[in-house]
Amino acid sequence: MNFPVAMELPLVPDQASSMAGQVDLLFWFLVLLTCGIVAVVFGPMFFFLYKYRKGSPADRTPDTFRTWIPEVIWSGIPLLIAMGIFAWGATVYAHIKTMPDAADALEVNVIGKQWMWNVQHAEGHRELNELHVPVDRTVRLVMTSQDVIHNFGIPAFRLKQDVLPGRYTTQWFKATKLGRYRIFCDQLCGMGHAEMVGWVTVLNPVEYNEWVNVGTEQGTLVARGERLFRALGCSGCHGENSQIRAPSLVGLYGHPVPLDNGEFVTADDRYIHDSILLPQKQIVMSYGPPSVMPSYAGQIGEEEVFQLVQYIKSLGRYTPDEYLRQNEGVGGQTQTHVPTTQNPPPGTSGPTAMPSPAAGPTPQNAPPSPAFSPQPTSY
Amino acid sequence: MSTQIPSASDLAETDFGPPPAKNYLNEETTIRSWLLTTDHKRIGLLYLFTILIFFAIASFAAAMMRLELLTPAGDLVLSQTYNKLFTIHGVLMVWFFLIPSIPTVLGNFLIPLMIGARDLAFPKLNLASWYIFITAGAFTLYAVFAGGVETGWTFYTPLSTKYTNTHVFAMAMGVFISGFSSILTGLNFIVTIHKMRAPGMKWMRLPLFCWSLYATSIIMVLATPVLAVVTMLLAIERLWGVGIFDPALGGDPVLFQHLFWFYSHPAVYIMILPGFGVISELITCFSRKRIFGYEFIAFASMAIAILGFVVWGHHMFLSSQSVYSGMVFSFLSFVIAVPSAIKVFNWTATLYKGSITFETPMLYALGFIGLFTIGGMTGLFVAALATDVHLHDTYFVVAHFHYIMVGGMVLAFMGGLHYWWPKITGRRYPEPLGQLAALVTFIGFNLTFFPQFILGYLGMPRRYHAYPPEWQVWNVLSTAGASILAVGYMMPLGYLIWSLKKGKRAGENPWEATGLEWQTTSPPPKHNFDVTPIVTEEPYAYPLAASDEHLKAEKGRRALEHA
Ligand code: HEC
Ligand SMILES: [Cu+2]
Ligand SMILES: [Cu+2]
Repeated sequence: MNFPVAMELPLVPDQASSMAGQVDLLFWFLVLLTCGIVAVVFGPMFFFLYKYRKGSPADRTPDTFRTWIPEVIWSGIPLLIAMGIFAWGATVYAHIKTMPDAADALEVNVIGKQWMWNVQHAEGHRELNELHVPVDRTVRLVMTSQDVIHNFGIPAFRLKQDVLPGRYTTQWFKATKLGRYRIFCDQLCGMGHAEMVGWVTVLNPVEYNEWVNVGTEQGTLVARGERLFRALGCSGCHGENSQIRAPSLVGLYGHPVPLDNGEFVTADDRYIHDSILLPQKQIVMSYGPPSVMPSYAGQIGEEEVFQLVQYIKSLGRYTPDEYLRQNEGVGGQTQTHVPTTQNPPPGTSGPTAMPSPAAGPTPQNAPPSPAFSPQPTSY
Repeated sequence: MSTQIPSASDLAETDFGPPPAKNYLNEETTIRSWLLTTDHKRIGLLYLFTILIFFAIASFAAAMMRLELLTPAGDLVLSQTYNKLFTIHGVLMVWFFLIPSIPTVLGNFLIPLMIGARDLAFPKLNLASWYIFITAGAFTLYAVFAGGVETGWTFYTPLSTKYTNTHVFAMAMGVFISGFSSILTGLNFIVTIHKMRAPGMKWMRLPLFCWSLYATSIIMVLATPVLAVVTMLLAIERLWGVGIFDPALGGDPVLFQHLFWFYSHPAVYIMILPGFGVISELITCFSRKRIFGYEFIAFASMAIAILGFVVWGHHMFLSSQSVYSGMVFSFLSFVIAVPSAIKVFNWTATLYKGSITFETPMLYALGFIGLFTIGGMTGLFVAALATDVHLHDTYFVVAHFHYIMVGGMVLAFMGGLHYWWPKITGRRYPEPLGQLAALVTFIGFNLTFFPQFILGYLGMPRRYHAYPPEWQVWNVLSTAGASILAVGYMMPLGYLIWSLKKGKRAGENPWEATGLEWQTTSPPPKHNFDVTPIVTEEPYAYPLAASDEHLKAEKGRRALEHA
């Protein structure tokens, strides 16, 4: 691993991702263009200032040309240049924003909290203010915030995206150079804004495989989600033999859900997220209002919500037909497609019997895994 | 043309006789006569005095920030204090210095004089605007001294509504109230320019300074209500917990940004358009030549005012906006760059075949063109989507908008203040000192803000009170520049005050400038003109005027020669 060397006069940031070169190309083109425009404005300016200084012998006979000719030239050319830069910038931006189809892509969950970054890998590895990724492999960050708006930025990757509360935002990168690079929070988020920094470490595939399999005793995110699903009493309502009327979550992910107000929403990450924290916001048709589902806001953090979302996603995807057929008997007792991972609910049912956060072994109280490595946040 | 052209410098050393016995300054002298005045000139001076106080406080906050950034560790002030410092700096500079600066001081003073009117259309409303402004300032200063606010001047939610228990409410009220002052001033200017022009002053004979303030006023009247709405919503959510922006209450955190920038992007043009107006006046006066492309400059101002309303989303490329809305806003932002470019080219072309002198106002004007060009070009870096991903919320943005706001607006304000100082006070400032101060300001400014472009490209985020040690060199340079800049600001303060009593008498028209404001005494009488002036020619009929009339005459003459 090569650590960044503190240079006397740094002029350019490291280029360590597949996008960095493209962004820099545009950047340096713009630098050149600026120099060009400055020359075009200042060259004549200084020439005129000298030639036509007061008392100079220069010829000052008024010209007879029409002013609109130069006006058209110097509005038209800048407009063309501007359109060119716009198109270039937009093209590269579309690349930055479009997740490439990569079969081996990794998905990493990043949660911003005043004033730290929590990172969860699908394998179950968790980090604080650190992010370990393999080189030359597409990594997709799914990010959300526990409180205010943050921004997850890695200058060496030319990457940055706001991290919003109550929403998942994403960005992707492919690191191309081994090493350690700085992470910053770029959106003012309160007192500790400048301490909300960290490091991304780019490992070679062998090192990465060793690293990623340590500290996963608590299981993958899906496994953790499943444990939570039972511990929090979700399965008491949503499970197969539940006595309470609640929709089955099997095959839900990615499908249009009919709401009680007659609209349809697609069950994406955000929908599931909001179903858990703000159940009254969007209620499934014929289940309310009000929904009997209790809000879990305040009881579980974004980490746990993300684990639950991963678990619900893992319950599979139905085709639209299957999904509708399953939801015909909206009572929740007539389901047939229950995957083996979903165990029958424990003897409890209903919100009253749900374990309180203090009683149950919720992950908030769980000891950090060995790989959960707090770093001093000084520079 | 071989005849000697009188230029500004010929008259610089002349001391004209005593001022008119009665003028707006000595007509009445009691404090009461100042506080209850409805004279636009006196109200301009009231504003000048008030905004300078705000400028001083805001500059002090900036100085503390630059001192903190001298070392990488956050050792001088606490992080919380640092956040309060840049909030004070931003709020005061934006709403209590930049937005009111040229409009309320020079605009108030000059619009009636330039169009040959006795006052603004609504003199009492004008005074009311000042009192509203003072009230707004009181709320804001209360918030500052009662403990400060740490949200930045942008007040992003939910940080401002839920996660900070400082004096956000008082400060938001300050901003809310100041908006009404802006709206009333804008309204007053619009009506005045429409209704009170002297006989013969057609729209195409309106000085470009008035054109630019006309455009500015339109933005003030149309955009500022949105500011009022957004600060009200902020207060409602903060006080009563109504879920507007807070996602935990079902609100939308990004909605605030949309509303905020819907006002604040046009506000950027409230800050810079008046500067354009001043520069147009200065460049033509000190090249003794008709401005090149008068109509184009005037219409460029209007185009900027209108387009300015549809580019707000360029502040939000990374806020989870969709890729396509990002593209639309980026496209429009590139379009609005063109009218600004047109202005720069026209100013440069005005110098062609002029008879140029380099008094202080001209130095500021030339500095403006240079710094505004760089500020504008670096705007393209952040308007281009791909580069903005890297540069957003870094020091690159800070440098970019300071090139526009300080390099542009503050220089224009200083240039204008020096240019019209003889008219305002009847006295001249010491020219060599003025030139020196302009130079010091220019050098200090570049040393302060150029390194910040590099820091931004390296990735240094805004609003950090501590930073990685490898970036120290650039920060030290920037702080060094800031201390030079401070000297550049301090000097005029000294010699302008000195000149009030000791400066040479200015006479009616010390710069030999065109324009109605120079046809009355310095300082002007209370009602500006003894006889209402009648306008018979275009605004910049300098000896070297290559005007349309001139052009026709010249063509006719050449045709005759040929025959
Ligand atoms: C008291 C019973 C109950 C409990 C406990 C409960 N839910 Fe629900 N849940 C419901 C009901 C009823 C609905 C349908 C009404 C609605 O949309 O709010 C629902 C809806 C949902 C939906 C939307 C389903 C769809 O088809 O669109 C999701 C996702 C969900 N719950 C997840 C969870 C999770 C995760 C937990 C545990 C953290 C949980 N629920 C706990 C009763 C419950
Ligand atoms: Cu943050
Ligand atoms: Cu803007």
